[in-house]
Amino acid sequence: MLIFDQSRPGRRGVIPAAAPDHALSDIPEHLRRRRAAPLPEVSELQVVRHYTRLSQKNFAIDTHFYPLGSCTMKYNPRICHRLASLPGFLARHPLAPETISQGFLACLYDLQEMLREVTGMQAVSLTPMAGAQGEFAGMAMIRAYHVARDDHARREVLVPDAAHGTNPATAIMCGFTIREIPTDGNGDVDLAALRQAVGPQTAGLMLTNPSTLGVFERQITEIAALVHDAGGLLYYDGANLNAILGKARPGDMGFDVMHMNLHKTFATPHGGGGPGAGPVAVNARLEPFLPIPFVGKDGERYRWLSEADRPQSIGRLSAFMGNAGVILRAYIYARMLGRAGMGRVAEYSTLNANYLLAELAKAGFDPAFPHRRASHEFIITLKRQAKTLGITAMDFAKRLLDLGFHAPTTYFPLLVPECLLIEPTETECREELDGFVAAMRQIQQEAENSPEQVKGAPHHRPVRRLDEVRAARDMDLAWRPAES
Amino acid sequence: MPFIPHTPDDVRAMLAAIGAPSLEALFDEIPPALRIGELPALPEALNERQVTRLMEQRAADDPSPLCFLGAGAYEHHIPAAVWEIASRGEFYSAYTPYQPEASQGTLQVLYEYQSMMAGLTAMAVSNASLYDGGSALAEALLMAVRANRKSKSKRILVPRTLHPLYRRAARAIVHNQGLELIELPYDPTGGHTPAAALAPYAGQDIAALVIPQPNFFGVLEEVDALTDWAHRQQALAVAVVNPTALAVLAPPGEWGEAGADIVCGDGQPFGAPLSSGGPYFGFLCCRQEWVRQMPGRLVGRTVDLDGKPGFTLTLQAREQHIRRSKATSNICTNQGLMVTAATLYLALLGPHGLEQVAAASHANTRALVEQLTRTPGVSLAFDRPVFHEAILKLPRPAGEVLEGLLAHGVLGGFDLSGEYPELGDALLVCATETKDAEDLRRYAAALAETL
Repeated sequence: MLIFDQSRPGRRGVIPAAAPDHALSDIPEHLRRRRAAPLPEVSELQVVRHYTRLSQKNFAIDTHFYPLGSCTMKYNPRICHRLASLPGFLARHPLAPETISQGFLACLYDLQEMLREVTGMQAVSLTPMAGAQGEFAGMAMIRAYHVARDDHARREVLVPDAAHGTNPATAIMCGFTIREIPTDGNGDVDLAALRQAVGPQTAGLMLTNPSTLGVFERQITEIAALVHDAGGLLYYDGANLNAILGKARPGDMGFDVMHMNLHKTFATPHGGGGPGAGPVAVNARLEPFLPIPFVGKDGERYRWLSEADRPQSIGRLSAFMGNAGVILRAYIYARMLGRAGMGRVAEYSTLNANYLLAELAKAGFDPAFPHRRASHEFIITLKRQAKTLGITAMDFAKRLLDLGFHAPTTYFPLLVPECLLIEPTETECREELDGFVAAMRQIQQEAENSPEQVKGAPHHRPVRRLDEVRAARDMDLAWRPAES
Repeated sequence: MPFIPHTPDDVRAMLAAIGAPSLEALFDEIPPALRIGELPALPEALNERQVTRLMEQRAADDPSPLCFLGAGAYEHHIPAAVWEIASRGEFYSAYTPYQPEASQGTLQVLYEYQSMMAGLTAMAVSNASLYDGGSALAEALLMAVRANRKSKSKRILVPRTLHPLYRRAARAIVHNQGLELIELPYDPTGGHTPAAALAPYAGQDIAALVIPQPNFFGVLEEVDALTDWAHRQQALAVAVVNPTALAVLAPPGEWGEAGADIVCGDGQPFGAPLSSGGPYFGFLCCRQEWVRQMPGRLVGRTVDLDGKPGFTLTLQAREQHIRRSKATSNICTNQGLMVTAATLYLALLGPHGLEQVAAASHANTRALVEQLTRTPGVSLAFDRPVFHEAILKLPRPAGEVLEGLLAHGVLGGFDLSGEYPELGDALLVCATETKDAEDLRRYAAALAETL
């Protein structure tokens, strides 16, 4: 039932102070709304009950193991939420003067410095509001760099075929064209193909390392040299930074610019699809182009750096300061990890991934790259099950929902057939991983003995598989009042 | 170890299962030259009590004066139930609803949100959110250029009355795709975009006209005439609106003869705290005919295998994870939790509550202006009606006046000298429904003393 179905004319929820009579008398009639907006008229209890019940139809980290590959669904510490919600932080207006903003600016400045250190980069801007906007900022900086050098021919961006979809989409938004680079049989970039692709048209290469195949790109130093020698720059997609945090740094690998997903590596919540935060870090040659605003320090005083300080900046990506509240949560988490905690993130996320991979292999599942070490995530392919039993990766994913586990990422990356991309994160305990393996074993047995149990799954969720063709064809995208 | 559950026994058993001698061995595919040791510049870890003390101190360092500053971010009362429910772990710690059977809660919230926004704007479709108002405008302009097949140009008319930071963000985001943003002057008496500003472009190939309502000065634009002008030129009308104002102002879908084509703005007034600028959310609505040009996620209602109603992400062929380089945008993560809060906010207030918030904000701003302009040398800059902001001319530089007000515990508004030097000593003020008569008197007294 929708909230609209519970509406009754004249019923009220929270009642604000009444406006004086004729409050709107100075607004000309033709600029006024003629009919009340079609919002629900419900009581406060109805609202609380309706949305509490809806929340209970969700899987979430707080309720279920959520091993979505490339999404880093780790625990979101409660303390980060509580402290970012202190009244002083919530009440601060984005345009409040610096004199009454030193506490907030200090948090941002500290986080910039910490991220600089863990990435091995020269400078950081926190303003991008999600990973894709961080990618945009990075590629726009690469574009601005070449333009500033009058190198207008560099309009092509190289993207491995295993890349996230945001990579090519971002390059297009920045006015580039795309050339795909294939992956070799071991999951590394095909160096011969890359050698052939680079040239005076190359603006840069976008790379995720470890890649979306769940393995570390071992030839990264050679790749960086190839691209740099051709005059291009290297972009690091930080989606998988969790795998190397405190163990290796993109700056040392030769990357010129990168983004981080604070809602992955730094434990801020995903909120059912956001908000995230996608800070960018750059080396010295791209520093003049960083997006504004970010925070500088003069003596003991923090201040915004804006257009006047950074005339070559690619500009502003939002009206104010990105997702400031998300940045605060990440800062709190980073301070709790501290120096020793950064490396533990990589160690235990990698331990969990390799353990889960080993146990699934023992249970008879096929790793996509059996001779490689897993990073913080790995791929198994269900090609064999699809061929012999007619049970697909989608069927496994849906049956997992019945057994109390969120599905891994399915059908991505595109180059591994019938794949599950599995990322357990460091915050899961061993028993939870063992439970997941047991569920996978059970589904395998069902696939062999009672396949309809798997093909028809889920059976025990609020809905069964949905008719997505109908959703796209009939396009019911909004409830409408009956009279219109 | 904070947030890591492994006991020493776990680690031993797990390494044995893997066949690795140590945790370090798990990184043996990273070339040794790239491995790092501990990073000395990072601070030592803080425990929960220590980090609480640090953050409480930082929050306390920033006083919260009585706020009459708007300029795109507005202090409104947020009912307690909004964040009590939105912060539930089932909403807070869920991912994008790619597995609909395990995400019906988030999906239905998004569908209800889309419905509320479509109703408020009187448009057919709303997406499930973009990042903020500035970036939503950028996406709206890119969408307008894609959608307007009658125009071969990428030229877009943008009034100077539009928020200056929106104009900058939009420019930064769209300029690499060759869009040309042409600024339109405003009427020096009314503070609106007059017909005369459009006249030079009559008959030219223009892809879209941006129409703010209210505009950055708080002033109400003649939206019907602007919309009709755009359509006569075969340009799309892109509305940028304050969502609270929609409770009392004509919705964009009813502007002029045919209504606006695309509507965007910042949803912050619907349940998002000021919070230094974010997270807020951008909203984007459009006519049915442009839906396939829309960026961002869309939720649709459908049925499951048993014919039971349910919700799912739909029209994903527009999006980067399917279409890659041919997607309508690169956006992936959006502002889902903020939209959850907005849905709760709108459900709690209902049509009449929202109307009261809008009307009280309007009335408070009028009362504030009336009181402040009693101070000698202070006058209204423009003579047209406003929503909940207005520009005052001052006898002294606004920066100095704001400093003086701050000493009285009043955050007095936005200094326009940087963005609109031609206005002279001018200040943009805002009084929402959160202010009572005593607050207005306090501002007036502080201003009188400061001047």
